[in-house]
Amino acid sequence: MSQSLRPYLQCVRSSLTSALCLSNFASQTSERHNVPEIEAQTSPEVLLNPLTVARNENERVLIEPSINSVRISIKIKQADEIEHILVHKFTRFLTQRAEAFFILRRKPIKGYDISFLITNYHTEEMLKHKLVDFIIQFMEEVDKEISEMKLFLNARARFVAESFLTPFD
Amino acid sequence: MAAPEVHHLFHHPIADHSFSADKQTLAVARDTSVELYGRTGSGFKLKDELKGHDKLVTSVDIALNTGRIVTCSQDRNALVWEPSPTGYKPTLVLLRINRAATFVRWSPSETKFAVGSGARVIAICYFEEENDWWVSKHIKKPIRSTITTVAWHPNSVLLAAGSTDAHARVFSSFIKGVDERPEPGVWGERLPFNTVCGEYLNNSAGWVHAVSFSPSGNSLAFAAHDSSITVVYPNGADQAPRAVVSVNTQLLPFMSLIWNGESEIIAAGYDCEAYRFKGNEGGWQLTGSLESKGRAGLGAAREESAFNMFKQMDLKGKTNDDTQLKTVHQNTISTIRVYEGSGGAVRKFSTSGVDGRIVIWNA
Repeated sequence: MSQSLRPYLQCVRSSLTSALCLSNFASQTSERHNVPEIEAQTSPEVLLNPLTVARNENERVLIEPSINSVRISIKIKQADEIEHILVHKFTRFLTQRAEAFFILRRKPIKGYDISFLITNYHTEEMLKHKLVDFIIQFMEEVDKEISEMKLFLNARARFVAESFLTPFD
Repeated sequence: MAAPEVHHLFHHPIADHSFSADKQTLAVARDTSVELYGRTGSGFKLKDELKGHDKLVTSVDIALNTGRIVTCSQDRNALVWEPSPTGYKPTLVLLRINRAATFVRWSPSETKFAVGSGARVIAICYFEEENDWWVSKHIKKPIRSTITTVAWHPNSVLLAAGSTDAHARVFSSFIKGVDERPEPGVWGERLPFNTVCGEYLNNSAGWVHAVSFSPSGNSLAFAAHDSSITVVYPNGADQAPRAVVSVNTQLLPFMSLIWNGESEIIAAGYDCEAYRFKGNEGGWQLTGSLESKGRAGLGAAREESAFNMFKQMDLKGKTNDDTQLKTVHQNTISTIRVYEGSGGAVRKFSTSGVDGRIVIWNA
């Protein structure tokens, strides 16, 4: 792990741990409803201040806590065009399978690549520290995954180009 | 210190729990029903299920003398369950609220109960003999958001309430014909219904999760979402309080608190364990956890050999198993209640949490 990644992840971890203090809270605006307040945004007093943790201009995390739900959005590092395409394909693959991931949001927040929505039902059923671990691990792995894919893609492109140009040799 | 008594009832959040006066019956709010457990030897056995709500039951309270159970739910209703030889008989309470009911407690006199709600009102409910049903009067005025918690003063007239608008307030819930005129005290002299006797806000204005009067009723403590506990010492009507002491902690927020005498508070919440605070008007401080950590059999005693490491990797694909917390409760503690005590001093208290456990502790 590089020197700047460790404090970044540590900061996200402690912010998430304190943001994930959720309780069951019924809607105060509509009768007999119980909705994630961060998505409904109908009662301003039950929303907390959103928090951005940024490692640099390309990598940041937005944490939006509320009384019964937390929205976590991650901006994945994209250095060039290829990485941009890879990130897009990768997050699309995940969000299309959002049901199987439970906490994944179907659409990312504007300006971010992937969003998670954790409600009080998730913290009741799952272990809170494991949920935090999952997000942190995702952030660690996703950069690795993207750069691996990029290397693989470059190698393959080189190979294809070589075999294509062999007849003209 | 003796080990706490742990009862793991089920794998489902417990919104609230309450013991009967003889400690033989335990009422537990589980999802849309209330389950009654009877004590059998060292454990609890499911005895009865009170089904009457169609949404999450948020709170339950057993009256110590009459044995009546009051429950409230996010379906906007409250029910009073009368014990009878054939079982519990529900009576609907006319709450007249149009949002979720969030919290209910019997007054010490047991002639009234207070229901907090998301409709920005507190319904004070009492029994009307001529109509033979429970009716309610609303405390409305300065409340701006959902009521999260209420607590009664020992005189059964004053009521403290915490809300998500970050205020802890003290109201008068005096109802003519039900209550006797209260003695004038530090909270005020004349107390008609809906008098606001105090309105307190802490520094960072977090949602108030828990309020509680001290055993004498002369001070009020509340826990807020900024992980702080604030103790208020009032100074009579229309005057600034004598002292407002706030304790900020580095812990996660507290969800519930009780007083142990006049100089000790026990609070528990998102850290899954109970903490003790001590102090007086001059200042309060956190003295530590009530749980002794590093108990045998949980990680500490496990053999840390290379053999064990490879065995764990073979079995589980990882070397250390950190799925279990070191605390007794494995998830947020939502309610803490006095189990046994006399004259304001607590000998034993019980906690319930999101992990479905009821634990009885020695204070």
